[in-house]
Amino acid sequence: MHKKQLMKGNEAVVRSAILAGCRGFYGYPITPASEITETAAELMPKVGGVFLQAESEVAAINMLYGASSAGVRVMTSSSGPGISLMQEGISYMAGAELPCVIADISRGGPGLGNLGSEQSDYHQVVKGGGNGSYRTIVLAPYSAQEMADLTAWAFELADKYRNPVFLLADGFVGQMMEPVEFTNAAVEPKVPDWAVAGTKESRGNLITSLHMDNDELEAHLKKLEAKYMQAEREEVRSESYFADDAEIVLVGYGIVARILKAVTVAARAAGINVGLLRPITLYPFPTKEFERLRKRAKVFVVVEMSNGQLIEDVRLAVNGARPVEFHNRQGGNVPTHDELMALVNRLAKKLAEDKLFTDAELHVKETLAKVAAEEERLAHV
Amino acid sequence: MSSVIIPEYEVTHSRPNAFNKSYERKGELKHATHYCPGCGHGNVHKMLAEAIDQLGIQDRTILISPVGCSVFAYYYFDVGNVQAAHGRAPAVATAMKRSRPESILISYQGDGDLTAIGAAEILHAANRGENITVIFVNNGIYSMTGGQVAPTTLVGQKSTTTPNGRSIENEGYPMRVCELLATLEAPVYIERVGLGDNKQIAQATRAIKRAVENQSKGLGFSLVEVLSPCPTIWKMSAVDAQHWVRGVMEKTYPLGVYCDKTKDAHPRTPHAPAPPLSELRKIMGITSEEISAPEVKQEIAADKKKVDLHVRVAGFGGQGVLLLGEILAEAGLDAGMQVSWLPSYGPEMRSGTSNCHVRISSESIDSPLVALPDVLIAMNEPSLRKFDASVRPGGWVLYNGDTFPGDCERKDVNVLALPFTNIALEIGDARAANMVMLGALLEIADALPQASIDAALNRLVKSKKWIELDERALQMGRELYHEACVGV
Ligand SMILES: Cc1ncc(C[n+]2csc(CCOP(=O)(O)OP(=O)(O)O)c2C)c(N)n1
Ligand code: SF4
Repeated sequence: MHKKQLMKGNEAVVRSAILAGCRGFYGYPITPASEITETAAELMPKVGGVFLQAESEVAAINMLYGASSAGVRVMTSSSGPGISLMQEGISYMAGAELPCVIADISRGGPGLGNLGSEQSDYHQVVKGGGNGSYRTIVLAPYSAQEMADLTAWAFELADKYRNPVFLLADGFVGQMMEPVEFTNAAVEPKVPDWAVAGTKESRGNLITSLHMDNDELEAHLKKLEAKYMQAEREEVRSESYFADDAEIVLVGYGIVARILKAVTVAARAAGINVGLLRPITLYPFPTKEFERLRKRAKVFVVVEMSNGQLIEDVRLAVNGARPVEFHNRQGGNVPTHDELMALVNRLAKKLAEDKLFTDAELHVKETLAKVAAEEERLAHV
Repeated sequence: MSSVIIPEYEVTHSRPNAFNKSYERKGELKHATHYCPGCGHGNVHKMLAEAIDQLGIQDRTILISPVGCSVFAYYYFDVGNVQAAHGRAPAVATAMKRSRPESILISYQGDGDLTAIGAAEILHAANRGENITVIFVNNGIYSMTGGQVAPTTLVGQKSTTTPNGRSIENEGYPMRVCELLATLEAPVYIERVGLGDNKQIAQATRAIKRAVENQSKGLGFSLVEVLSPCPTIWKMSAVDAQHWVRGVMEKTYPLGVYCDKTKDAHPRTPHAPAPPLSELRKIMGITSEEISAPEVKQEIAADKKKVDLHVRVAGFGGQGVLLLGEILAEAGLDAGMQVSWLPSYGPEMRSGTSNCHVRISSESIDSPLVALPDVLIAMNEPSLRKFDASVRPGGWVLYNGDTFPGDCERKDVNVLALPFTNIALEIGDARAANMVMLGALLEIADALPQASIDAALNRLVKSKKWIELDERALQMGRELYHEACVGV
C-alpha cells in the first residue's frame, strides 16, 4: 500500500536532488549537515554525477559556480560557519545568474557557537550575506518528506529564475527520520542554452557578474529585481493550520512549526482560539497571508530559535496593525510545549481582559495619560 | 614579434582564430585591447590563442578570466568564457572540467590572484591533479588596484603598501609557486618562463602550447608561470620593463622546467556512463513497490485502539540505543502508522551517550520531540537520572540495572528494572540488551503486530546470526514483562 521509507531528512535531500536531475555535489563537512555530503559521496558516482569534497566552503561554492556555468544542476550543503564562507560565491552566482541549490542545516552561532539546533542563519540566508542587491529564494522544510519535496522544487525554481535557492532547515529536521515518499519523476539532465559547456554551440556564451558600465549594471540590476518581483508574485507558499479563524496566530518555521502544531491542538482542546501560520517560503515571504489573517487575528506570536530574526519580517507584514509577541530559545534549546502553552494561556487571559495592544495603541495610551496628568497638574496650579 | 607593443594592424591582420575579430564586449575602442603598451598580458594572450588554434580545440576551450588586469580576457578570446571571483579560478575550472571532461579548461591568473587570495584553490587543484591548464602571469605586484605588494613582490621592491620596499620581516620572502607546487605528486608539468627577450618569448610560446596540449591528451595538471612586465605600475618604459624581467626578476625566479612527468602520465579513466533514468530509484535504494504485504497488517492496525506512543530511549553509545528506536519506528511504519525518529547528535554524542525520540501514531504526528514519554528506556543510570522526571504519570520506565536507584523512585510510574545486559549475555551476546528491552516495550505498548517487527528486523539487521539472536532477545523481553506483571 505504501511506498514510504524511513529516512533522515538529510538523506532524502540527496535522493530527491538526483531525481531532479542534479549531477554535481561539491561540499565540505560540517555537523549537522554531513549526512548530505556523505550520501552524495555514495550516490553521485553511481548515477554518473560528480562528487568532490572541496578544500573549503569557499572552494565548494566556486565549484558550484563552475558546474552551474557548465550547465549542470548542482548543489552543496553546509551549516552556519560554512554558509558564511560561501557568501562570496552566492553573491557571484546571483550576479552571474547561475542556478544552484544550497542546503543549510543550521546550528548554533555566532562563530563556532555549538552543534545544537538553532535558526540563527535566518538573516544571513534570507537577507543575504554577500555583497550587492540580490536575493536568494529560501524554502523552509519542516519534515523529512518536505526535505525531499522542497529539494525537487528548489531545483525547478533555481532554473526558472537562474538564481541560487536555499533549503533552510535546522539540525532536527535534517537529522530526523520519518517516512518519505519520492513522488517526483526522474528528470533527464539537459544543458541550458546559456551555459558554457565546451561545445561549438556554447562557444559564444559568457558567464560573468561584471558590468563595467554604470548604465549597463543598473539595467542588469533591474533585470534581477524583476525576477525577484516575479518570484514574490508566483512562488509564495505557506501553511495555515487552524489560523483562518484564530485570534492568536502562532508563527514559526522548521522544527518550531512542528512544536507549534502540537501547541495549537492542545490549546484548541482547551478552548483557546489558536492557529498556526507557517511560512514555507521565507523569501519570498508570505506577506499577503499575514494581511489576510490580521483582519481576524488579535495577536501574532513569533516563535523562533534565534534572537528575533524572523520577527522582523513578521512585523513588516503585520505592519503595526496587531501586536506581535515574541518567544525564543537559543543555544540548541528548543521551545518546550509547556512554556508555549503557558504563553498561549497568558495571552488568552490578556485578550479576555482586553489588555493586548499594538505599539501605536500603547503610544496613544501613554500620550493620553501624559495629557491627563498635565491637565491635572494645571488644574492644581 | 620583435616588440612587445602590438600595433593595432597586427591585431586585425595576423589575428589567431581564437581571438575575436573585434572586441564587441569591450564597448568603445573595439580594435585595441585594454592593456597598457608593453604589458605582458597581451603577449601571453596571443601565445594562448595561437596554441588553441594549433591544437584545433577552439570549440572545446573554456577560458576562466580572473580578477586582476586580465579580468577582461573574455573580451578577446572567441572561446567559451567564464569570469571567476578573485583567486577562485582553479575551483571553478575544477568543477567545469569534471562536469564536461571533453572541454579544455584554461585558468588564467595573476600573481595576487593565484598566490595570495587564491593560494588554497591553486594548491588543492594541483594536488588533486586536475586535468586543467593554469597560465600564471607573475608581474610581482597588484596592478589592477594600483600597485600594492603581492606575495611575489621582490625583497626591497617598493609598492604602494610597502613604501619603503618589501621587508622580509614584515612581508616574508617572495613566494616561488613553481618550486612549491613541484613538491606535489600529482602535477605533470610545471615550467617558469619569461618575457624578457625574444628567446624567452619563444620558450614561453612553446611552454604554453605544451601545457594546453597535455590537457588535451588527458595527462593532468599543467602550470606555466610567466614572468611578465608591467611597465605602468613599475613606472618604467616598455623596454626597461622587459630588461627588468630578464635582469632582476629572473634572479629570484629562475626559469626552467620544475616538473615534467608527462612521459609517465596516464590519461584519467573516463566516467562510467550514466545509468538510464529508469534505474535511478533502484540505484538509490528507493523502494518503488510495496515494502511488504501490508493488507493484513493494516487490518490488524486498523482494529486496534487509537495509537499514540511517545518513547524516549537513552544509554551509552554502542548500546544500540538508536537502532532500538529505529526498529521501533520502522515496525510502526510497516504497520501502516505515522512514525518519527529523532536522534541526539553532535555534542551529546561526544560524551559517549546517545538518545532518541520515537513517536508512533495512528494520526499524523505534530512534534517529533518527545517531551512527555509514555515509556522511557534507560539503558544506564545517567540516562535514568536525566529523563526519569519527564515520564508521563502512569507511564513506564524500563531500566537496565539490578536495583532501581532509590532517589529516582516515583510513585506515579510503573517500573521494570532488570539487569538486561546480563540477561542478553546469557542468551548469547550482551549487545542484544537493547532488543530484550524492546521486547518488553512491545508488550507494554501492545500496538505492533509481530509481522511488522519481523519486517523491521529483516530490513535493518544485516546478518542472519544477529536476526536470530535479536528474535530470541525480543521474545525474552516479552516474557520478562509478563513475569514481572504476574509478580505485581
Ligand atoms: C575579494 C576581493 N578582494 C579584493 C579585490 C580587489 N582586487 C582586484 S584585482 C586585485 C589584485 C590583482 O593582482 P594580480 O592578481 O597580481 O593581477 P594583475 O592586476 O597584477 O594582473 C585586487 C586585490 C577584489 N576584486 N576582490
Ligand atoms: S597595469 Fe600593468 S598589468 Fe595592468 S594592463 Fe597595465 S601593464 Fe598590464
